[in-house]
Amino acid sequence: MSAPGTNAASWRSDRRLVVGVVILGVLVLVAVLAPLIAPHDPESIDSTRLLNGLSFRHFFGTDALGRDVLSRVIYAYRISLVVSTGSVVLAMLVGIPLGLLAGYAGGWVDLVLMRPVDMILVLPALLLAISLISVLGTGSGITLIAIAIIFFPILARVMRSSAQVVTTLPFVDSSRARGMNGFGIATRHVLPNALGPVLVQAAILMGFSMQIEAALSYLGLGTQPPTPSLGLMLFEGRDTLVQAPWAEIFPGLAIAITVLAFNLVGDGVRRHVTQYGSV
Amino acid sequence: MSGRLLFIGRRLLITIPVLFVLSVFVFLLIHLVPGDPVRTMLGFRATPENVARIRGELGLDRSLFAQYGTWLNHLIHGDLGKDYISGATLTSLLSTSLPVTIELTLLAMAIATVIGVPLGVLAASRGRAWRSGAEGFVIAGISIPDFWLGIMLVLLFAGTLEWLPPSGYVKLTDDVVRNIRYMVLPVLTLVIGETAYIARTARSAVEETLQKPFIGYLRAKGVPERSIVFQHALRNAGVPIATVIGIQFGVLLGGSIVIEYAFGLPGVGKLTVVAINQRNYTVVQGGVLVLAAMFIAVNLLVELVVGVIDPRIADGSAA
Repeated sequence: MSAPGTNAASWRSDRRLVVGVVILGVLVLVAVLAPLIAPHDPESIDSTRLLNGLSFRHFFGTDALGRDVLSRVIYAYRISLVVSTGSVVLAMLVGIPLGLLAGYAGGWVDLVLMRPVDMILVLPALLLAISLISVLGTGSGITLIAIAIIFFPILARVMRSSAQVVTTLPFVDSSRARGMNGFGIATRHVLPNALGPVLVQAAILMGFSMQIEAALSYLGLGTQPPTPSLGLMLFEGRDTLVQAPWAEIFPGLAIAITVLAFNLVGDGVRRHVTQYGSV
Repeated sequence: MSGRLLFIGRRLLITIPVLFVLSVFVFLLIHLVPGDPVRTMLGFRATPENVARIRGELGLDRSLFAQYGTWLNHLIHGDLGKDYISGATLTSLLSTSLPVTIELTLLAMAIATVIGVPLGVLAASRGRAWRSGAEGFVIAGISIPDFWLGIMLVLLFAGTLEWLPPSGYVKLTDDVVRNIRYMVLPVLTLVIGETAYIARTARSAVEETLQKPFIGYLRAKGVPERSIVFQHALRNAGVPIATVIGIQFGVLLGGSIVIEYAFGLPGVGKLTVVAINQRNYTVVQGGVLVLAAMFIAVNLLVELVVGVIDPRIADGSAA
C-alpha cells in the first residue's frame, strides 16, 4: 500500500491542481503582507475623492466614503481568509477524532456518536448558521464558530466512512495480532491511511466557508463594521452600485477567485489521493 | 410490492425523530438568547407592563417542559405564534411570504434541471469541446458566490441596459407579466449555480453508466448512439441525478435567503433575516421552522421517488 501522495511527479504534472495551488499561494501572501502591499490606509476617509473611478492613484477606485477599494479588498481578504480557514480547521479538530472513533470502534459507540451528528445535517447549512447567529450574536469570531458547527458533521461523516474501510484492511488485523492497543492502531495506522478523503472535503469546504462568510456579512449578520470583510464591502456598496460598480465588482471577484482556487485544489487532490470508502 | 410499501413506511418513521429534534431546536432558539428575550425583542417598547404581558403570553415563567408541550400543541394545530413587533400572527406572515419563496425555488430548479441534465449528458457523450466547455461552466458556476452574481446581473440588466427592475416584487395573482419581470433576475441568478451542480452530477453518472457492459451489448446490437445515451444510459443514471436535484432543491430553500434579501423579494428567507436583525425571535422561530420543514419534506420526497425509480434501493433496505 502506498501512502497518499508518494508520486510527486504526477502531482506536479496536474495543471489545474498547480494553478489552484499557485493562486492560493499568491492570495495567502497578499493577506499576510497586507500592510506592506496595500497602497492606502483601508479606513481612511477622503471626502474629496468620493466614488472615484479607476486611476493610477486608486487602481480599484474609491467607495462612497472615498476609501481606497484595493486597500480595503486586501485587508478584507485577510479577515475572510482567517474566518474561512479557521472555521474548517476548527471543524476538522472536532470532526476527525469523532469520525475516527465512530468508524474504528463501530457498534454502539458509532451509533451514540453519529446519531446526534446526523441531526445537525438535517438543516440546510446557511439556515443553521443564521439560526445560531440569531442566538449567539454577530461578529467574525461567532461567524467562524457557526460555520465550524455546520461543517464538523460533514467531516466526521467522511472520516467515519473512510476509517470504516481502512479498519477492515489486513494490516490493521496484523497490528492487532502483534498486540498493539486500539488507540495506537486508530491513531498510527487507521488515521493516516483514512485522512485523504477528509482533506479533499476540507479543501472544498474552505471555498464554501468563504462564500458563507461573505453571505452572512452581506446580510449584516457576519463581520461587523468597521472591520473590512469582503461580504460587508458588497453590502456597503449596494446603494452606489451604478455610480461606483468597482466597489462591488472587485470584492466579489476576490471571493470567486479564492473559491475557484480551493475547488481546483480539492478536485486535484481528489484525483491523486487513494480513496478507501466511498464518501 | 410489499417491499416497496415497507420501504415507504420505514422512511416515514425515520422522519418522526428528525421532526422532533427540529421542533426542540426551534423551540430552544428563543431560550438560548442571552439575557431576557422579551426585553431584547421589544427594545424601547419594553415597558414593565409589556414585558410582563408577553412573558405571560409566551408562558416563559413556567417550566421548560410545560412550555414545550404548549408550544408543540399550538404548532400541531397550525398556530405558530405571533409577531410581537407588528402584532400580526405568524400564520398570516408566512401565508404571504411562503408563495414567494416557493415560486422562486420552483422556477429556478425547474429551469436548472431542463438545462443541466442535457448539458451533463452531452458533456459525457460528445467530444472534448463539449467536455471542457461544460467543465469550465461547472467550476465557474460553483465558485462564483450566487448573491454577487445577482448583483452583477442587476448592474448589467437593471443598471446599464435598464431592461429589468433591480429589485421588488408584484404578486403573481395581481399581475403575471410584472411578477415575471421581477422574478427574471433572481431566478437567473439561482439557475446558473444550480445548473452547474446538476450538470456535474449528470455528467459523471452518465459517464459511469456508459462504461457498463450492457452499453457494449447495445452498441453491438446496433442500437443508435443517441438512443443509447438518452434512453438507456440516462435512465440508469437517473438515481444520482434525481438525488442531487432533490438535495439542491432543499439547499436552495435555505440559500434563497440571501437572494431574496438581495432582490428585495418578500419571501420567508427575507422575513427571517429582517427578523434576526430586529431581534424578533418569534418570527425567526417561524421562518426557520418552515424552511427546515420544507427541506426535510423535499429530502423525504426525493428518497421516496428514488426508491420508486430504482426498485433495488427499496428492496435492498426492506430486506
